[in-house]
Amino acid sequence: MRAPMPRGPLSERVLASLTSGDVDPALPDEAVRAADASADLLVDEDVQITLTALYELHHQGLDGVDDRLEWDPTLLRTRAVLEERFEAQLRRDVAVPDDLLAELEASTATEGLAPAVARALFDLTSRDEGPSLSAYVARKATDAQLREMLVQRSVYQLKEADPHTWAIPRLQGVPKAALVEIQADEYGGGRPERMHAALFARTMRGLGLDDTYGRYVDDVPAITLASVNMMMMFGLNRRLRGCVVGHLAAFEMTSSQPNRLYGNGFRRHGYDADVTWYFDEHVEADAVHEQIAGRDLAGGLVEQQPALRDDVLFGAAACLAVDGRVGRHQIESWTAGESSLRRPVAVGSPA
Amino acid sequence: MSTETAPVVLTACADGPILVRGDVEIRDAAGRVVPRRRATVALCRCGASGIKPFCDGSHKAIGFRTDDEVPRPPEPVPAPGDGPHRDAP
Ligand code: FES
Repeated sequence: MRAPMPRGPLSERVLASLTSGDVDPALPDEAVRAADASADLLVDEDVQITLTALYELHHQGLDGVDDRLEWDPTLLRTRAVLEERFEAQLRRDVAVPDDLLAELEASTATEGLAPAVARALFDLTSRDEGPSLSAYVARKATDAQLREMLVQRSVYQLKEADPHTWAIPRLQGVPKAALVEIQADEYGGGRPERMHAALFARTMRGLGLDDTYGRYVDDVPAITLASVNMMMMFGLNRRLRGCVVGHLAAFEMTSSQPNRLYGNGFRRHGYDADVTWYFDEHVEADAVHEQIAGRDLAGGLVEQQPALRDDVLFGAAACLAVDGRVGRHQIESWTAGESSLRRPVAVGSPA
Repeated sequence: MSTETAPVVLTACADGPILVRGDVEIRDAAGRVVPRRRATVALCRCGASGIKPFCDGSHKAIGFRTDDEVPRPPEPVPAPGDGPHRDAP
């Protein structure tokens, strides 16, 4: 994708290193300084865009950046420094409710670990209160806000499923088969035009948006980048395999009904089935995926490696907490009559 | 593709749908084939889905429970050669 625009001194130096190929040895120290000076890394524009650029080296790469920099030790150290603090903040801010843990212990004794973990995850995801973006979109969002929502989501949805795919070779047996079963469906079951990222691109085009991968990265705020960066961090670090599994389970478990509501929002504005296909597809697909993800993937992993139980729950809780902030930012901006983006999107303008 | 046919497996999910894995035709009440769009599908068994016969997650909203579904004791599996003895009196 196109290299993003810097948003502060750290990203300025990181992007200069990337585009010149001459990696500044002071980057890790700069990263420590930037992260330690930040009051809230989740909304730190400079830190989050830096992470986005560094992670992209492992996915589609950045235009004009040498592919070999993916494994440059200084850049990897820079990323590690940011990840360490990002993860620490998430572990501080995100809590798994005590009564949920107590219930999990009790139901493990009666029904076994895998079903108990699935039950705990369904319980956790059903507790999610707070304003619902999907309900807002279904009832109130204007046409311009629908576009904004697509722009916000495009950062992840155009690479939908990719961050979780990193977990496949780190799993074995039941949870591995479960993850592959989910991901195969995400990737269209062998038909590229049915790939969820391709369906999302179709919806974007239906609203006159540019579906180029990474096209709107510069337009979205740090909190949106943070939600994608968190998945990347969970996915790329084998140590965090429990977190990425929990994240996917929570993601799937909070998807079917919200997608029905998103679809309703677009139907309310007169968009046809071609535009709502993406959302309609998820209503059915994610009702399947949430079952596989709960019991076979998350439950199956914890059964094999009980020490990962708390990371699975933490990954799920982190998904709910961060995506909750992403949604709240959009609702609050729109309710205040403002854009949720960093700059207004020129619809249909060339990249 | 292998020519051997794997058995179709139905999995009853706690408080949720029935997952269907394997090659099986699904028909609606009028006998028409319901197009199958994915390898594994979830059939609604709570009655609340808006996309029947498939599940759309509505079972959670209505608090559908299956706790009364007691796990059955395992069926005794006959050992090979332990079948009915037709020549027995
Ligand atoms: S079983 Fe899921 S909606 Fe009925």
